[in-house]
Amino acid sequence: MNFFPHLVTSIHSLSVQARRRLILMRAGRFLIGLLLTLFFITSWTTLGVERFPPPEFEPGYQMPTLTTPSPRANAMDYLDVAVLLATLSAASWAVLKTRSRRRVFGVMIFSLLYFGFYRKGCVCPIGSIQDVALSLFNHGYAVPLTVLIFFLAPLLFTLAFGRSFCAGVCPLGAIQDIFLIKPVKVPGLLSQALGMIPYFYLGTAVLLAATGSAFIICDYDPFVAFFRRTGSLPMLMFGAGMLIIAIFVGRPYCRFLCPYGAILRVLSRFSKWNVTLTPTDCIQCRICEAACPFGAIAEPSAKPAGPRGTWPQLIGSIVLVPVLIALGGWLGGRMAVPLSKIHPAVRLAELVAAEDAAKTVDTSDATRAFRATGRPVAELNTQALEIRRNFVGGSWLLGAFIGFALGLKLAALAWGSAQTTFDPDSANCLACGRCYTYCPKEILRVKQGQKVACEVCAGKT
Amino acid sequence: MTMPEIPQNPSRRGFLGGGLRGAFLFLLGAASTLLGRNTQKEKTVWQLDPYKCIQCTRCATECVLEVSAVKCVQAYPICGYCKLCTGYFDPQPVSLNTAAENQLCPVGAIKRKALEDPYYEYTIDEPVCIGCAKCVKGCVLFGNGSFFLQVRHDRCLNCNDCSIARGCPAQAFKRVPASQPYLLKDREHQA
Repeated sequence: MNFFPHLVTSIHSLSVQARRRLILMRAGRFLIGLLLTLFFITSWTTLGVERFPPPEFEPGYQMPTLTTPSPRANAMDYLDVAVLLATLSAASWAVLKTRSRRRVFGVMIFSLLYFGFYRKGCVCPIGSIQDVALSLFNHGYAVPLTVLIFFLAPLLFTLAFGRSFCAGVCPLGAIQDIFLIKPVKVPGLLSQALGMIPYFYLGTAVLLAATGSAFIICDYDPFVAFFRRTGSLPMLMFGAGMLIIAIFVGRPYCRFLCPYGAILRVLSRFSKWNVTLTPTDCIQCRICEAACPFGAIAEPSAKPAGPRGTWPQLIGSIVLVPVLIALGGWLGGRMAVPLSKIHPAVRLAELVAAEDAAKTVDTSDATRAFRATGRPVAELNTQALEIRRNFVGGSWLLGAFIGFALGLKLAALAWGSAQTTFDPDSANCLACGRCYTYCPKEILRVKQGQKVACEVCAGKT
Repeated sequence: MTMPEIPQNPSRRGFLGGGLRGAFLFLLGAASTLLGRNTQKEKTVWQLDPYKCIQCTRCATECVLEVSAVKCVQAYPICGYCKLCTGYFDPQPVSLNTAAENQLCPVGAIKRKALEDPYYEYTIDEPVCIGCAKCVKGCVLFGNGSFFLQVRHDRCLNCNDCSIARGCPAQAFKRVPASQPYLLKDREHQA
């Protein structure tokens, strides 16, 4: 059946002409190809030279200009800093002074919208660790003042008011917090073990940033793809997986990955004020323990005071610290060579060396680009060796740091004094304020319109 | 924010906590003064050096944005206004007209306009361009190299770690001061 008779007849009638045109076209194509090949041969050594002098136009011609849209204004970065300080203050005030979960939640939603969806997750204190590390060890990189403030301000606030940054300012925490629907308890020991990951992550990120190799915290930020509403498939899947876990496990990134959280956890142990419930008239109803989705409120032990461990455990944990540091340092030192391959210059030097050994060239874009620059191979090798030397010291320190963190954790487990009240543990408490809404004594206090008792707002000082 | 202190005997734990808090404050102060000497008032943005670029097409794919922040731009003073533009035409065109089959650009982002004979003006339709550098390669190899890639700062999110910079085999990306955010080609540098 012929559905398009008009088309078929027209092609048939033109077939001789069309064939002739086709032959002509092929000849033309061949000629152009030949021309281009000639160009290619003659032009290979003269990249970027004016082969065709720009024409002299008649006066009437208006040459278009290249537009250069400017980046975000500097003043806007100071606005970010102002918003950071404002939200930090508001979150601290909401957590400690008004003791209102609703207010903390309000600040958190604002921060999620501003730092998350408006600023698209970039310039954040978590990532600023790397800028600071790079700037400390590499004097070629100067950290912008605003980034330095983003790094320092939450640390100072944590020393004063506990982890109010985590509660109300961090957009990564906020996006997980709103997904927390059906919290399950992570068993204590598992939670302690997983809680060591942030220290490994922090150490590795600092090493890689300080050597100028990579910014892994930014590369593996699970939620930034959601904030930008675009991203690579693996990152979207990582983020989605994290959010699905966050439905059941409260803030998994904050507790078991976040490297900035690792710093804040240490600092908040020594903070001036913290979230506290009503320690003087606790009725041991255990509602707060059940209400805390982050496992920060632990059951008080039967023993009144003193360390938890037995004497051999106590002595052992102290002896173990230097052993673990030495072991970690030794293992870390052995990781230097494989770790240094993360640095692009080391990778390039290895590729070039492999090509030279096999007497080939152009096995990759990187080596082709390197050879095109005419830079001597010896210079690249010197640079790579220098970086590897930095890695030897750096990975030794990283290993020792991890050993130290592990040893300290074991010692803390053995020596930690038993709690006597149901009260949030300052290190693990994310200052979300959920427990306020569950504690019957606290509800009564709010109902009676009492001011917060002094020992409550003064915390544990 | 001021909070009333309660008078109480300083416990050992409280004293230790206060001391360590002071130590941390001192550490933070020391770190900030150390860094303070090495800070800059002005922020930096990412840009690529067109003279280092090898047109590997990764700019189109590595950017965190779905359509890359890197686009092709045209340096008109360098352009030869060629009739047979090797940045515009496929190496083996069927014929030298604006039909899509003859064009090198996979998205048809280059507009060709006839000026006085034999010159043609080539303009990049920026919203359409995907930054694949196919035209740049053609122009650099056989022409004057007036097409080149640039990070467009109305699109760039200025990520802390630019993912194109990470993937760039020529290490052509670097941080530049925000007041001079472009690394443009010019005639002096060409010669």
